Amino acid sequence: MNILSIKEVVKVYQNYTALDHASFEVRKGSIFGLLGPNGAGKTTLIRIITGITRADEGHILLDGAPLNSHHPNEIGYMPEERGLYKKMKVADQLMYLAQLKGMSNEDAKKSIRFWFQRLGMEEWWNKKIEELSKGMQQKVQFVATVAHNPKLLILDEPFTGLDPLNADLLKEEIYKLNQKGVSILFSTHRMEQVEEICNDIVLINKGKILLNDSVKAVRNQFKQNQFVLQTDRAANEWSLPSGFEEVEADGYSRTFRVAAGHQSNELLMHLIQSGINIQSFHEVLPGLNEIFIKLVTQETEPSQPQNHHS
Amino acid sequence: MNKTLLIIKREYVSRVLKKSFLLVTLLTPLGIGLIIFLAGLFAAKGSQSSKKIVVKDESGILSPQALEGKEITYVLSADKVDSLKKNYVKEGYDIMVHIPPYVEDTLATHQISYYSKEKLSLLQIEQIEEKMEKAFRDYKLEHSSLDKIALKKLDIKIKLENAMLNETDKDAVGDKSSKFSSAIASGLSYGMGFLMYLVIFIFGSMVMRSVMEEKISRIVEVMISSVKPFQLMLGKIVGVGLVGLTQLAIWMIIIPVIITVTTMAMGAPAASPELNQTAETIQKLQQENPDVMQTFLKELGSINWALILPVFVVFFLGGYFIYSSLFAAVGSAVGDDIGDSQQLMMPLTIPVILAMVMIPAVFTNPNGPLAVFGSMFPLFSPIIMPARLPFEPPGWQIALSILLLIAGVLFFTWLAGRIYRVGILMYGKKVTLKELGKWMFYKD
Repeated sequence: MNILSIKEVVKVYQNYTALDHASFEVRKGSIFGLLGPNGAGKTTLIRIITGITRADEGHILLDGAPLNSHHPNEIGYMPEERGLYKKMKVADQLMYLAQLKGMSNEDAKKSIRFWFQRLGMEEWWNKKIEELSKGMQQKVQFVATVAHNPKLLILDEPFTGLDPLNADLLKEEIYKLNQKGVSILFSTHRMEQVEEICNDIVLINKGKILLNDSVKAVRNQFKQNQFVLQTDRAANEWSLPSGFEEVEADGYSRTFRVAAGHQSNELLMHLIQSGINIQSFHEVLPGLNEIFIKLVTQETEPSQPQNHHS
Repeated sequence: MNKTLLIIKREYVSRVLKKSFLLVTLLTPLGIGLIIFLAGLFAAKGSQSSKKIVVKDESGILSPQALEGKEITYVLSADKVDSLKKNYVKEGYDIMVHIPPYVEDTLATHQISYYSKEKLSLLQIEQIEEKMEKAFRDYKLEHSSLDKIALKKLDIKIKLENAMLNETDKDAVGDKSSKFSSAIASGLSYGMGFLMYLVIFIFGSMVMRSVMEEKISRIVEVMISSVKPFQLMLGKIVGVGLVGLTQLAIWMIIIPVIITVTTMAMGAPAASPELNQTAETIQKLQQENPDVMQTFLKELGSINWALILPVFVVFFLGGYFIYSSLFAAVGSAVGDDIGDSQQLMMPLTIPVILAMVMIPAVFTNPNGPLAVFGSMFPLFSPIIMPARLPFEPPGWQIALSILLLIAGVLFFTWLAGRIYRVGILMYGKKVTLKELGKWMFYKD
């Protein structure tokens, strides 16, 4: 079952195409990474999902149903550019935003109290936003995003501007929500976060989907059949059998590529027979960062001017 | 609760509970009271501090009696022109008038000159000219062969009164207002036009600032992921509008109270001599014309309030809606630089100022073509129609004007909404009027 289905979505602005027949699915209960360089069309796509703007063509299904006027209440959206009413009291502000998401007065109060306790914010109840530090404001913003118990959480670069402590706290909360069944769509260009957090990703560039799979599958797809081996004998004291190509050798470890038609086990057998002790052996999987850069630079023909809509 | 209602509630409550709202609401009537009080004071002082003028008449033909005046004292001097020129200020005069020798019956115009401590206003110069003309005329009459009594008979004063005011003219057809009521109507007309002008600028720019704040603080993206941009704009306009109505309602209660209190304070015997003077002036005015107050109240009562007030409220709301939604559109386009708003506000400022300029023409000819056009065009009508109301325009014109106003409200809020929805998400670009026009045709 998918929480979100994007089908052939097209969005054209005056002089450029922000989304060009983009299609992908987000599994219910997954943490999904929406990746892409600046100006790729991530924000446009998010704005279409959140109902801020409309697609020119294509369909979007949220939990199986085409987008309708009730759906904004089921989505929690934290934009990259955070914003709150500076002169408003924290509690008033959160009550207001939760009620605008269709919550009743009592439910909103209950939910906000819960989050205040959870994040240790009880003392801020009657403070104005402008009296809080930036980190504190981020926490308030997070509560504003989740207070109405959304089914789908959309976080646009959620960790920018957070200190490591708060970033960890936020990560924890995202995991906890995910365990409770909330699906999370996570837009970023920071690959290490995606590798750590996401189950599935889609890579988008210039409005087109370049890649859409689980993180594991993506890394497998881009693996180059490389392994790292560590033995008790220095690399220069023995050589690789045929079908194995040296990439790098350094002291007791060596990196090699397995040629087509060969298996890594052949090498292991060879080592065992030669009486060389294997200390570690693992496959080298490419980082998402490399894949990202590789795909995007491949894709980038004569570069076009970036646009303000991103 | 309905989302638009929630927005209205927040916009209203957050403003009404602000300290500045309380201050402005209470201080404005106090300020008006103070202005009335000071105006009374200055009026009393103004009549008191009259000018002293010394007149050097070289031909010696003017008589002291002819120069007697109420406000300005004229004194004939026997001194030499040259010494008087240097000493008139020292001798306690404000102005010296020099009349060179007059040769009778040769010139229609006689050139005289003055020296003055301070710069004279046009009105003062005319006053002196008039006085001198009268003195010369008296002299010439004295020395002519004409019969004074026969001449007196030539003078006649005509008073034009409306016959419909007469109780005996029950069967006659026509308008029943007096000269006095025309004056009241003009005052009322200008007052209502001016009030609309203030409302448009004060509350319109309040809406604009609020839109800009939301855009600059970036809350707007969170907001429109919950509600439609049009709901947000509408909620804001209605919320601020209700703040305006609340303020007006409070003023309608407080201002009459303050005016009564200040008038009573000025009427009652007070310690300072200026206050006594004012009280005397008011008393004198009442003695001279005992039924002024009565006529005033009667005329005020005879105005068709049952028509004027509801229609005024309609135009008040319509005008507010049209202009504040346009101000919201401008605010959405401006972003962080307030300086940029000037150019974009121009198309809004111009019609308001044009309408204000049209008002005097409207009450010189309340049913003329300009007045009729102005009260039909929805950008002018919120100011022009209320200004016409005291002159009782034809009913069909009021009805048509209201219909056009409603059409205008629908059209301009729709138009503003189109611009607003694009503008609030547009950052980091200086927007021109041409671009604003293009935004109207953007797809969602």
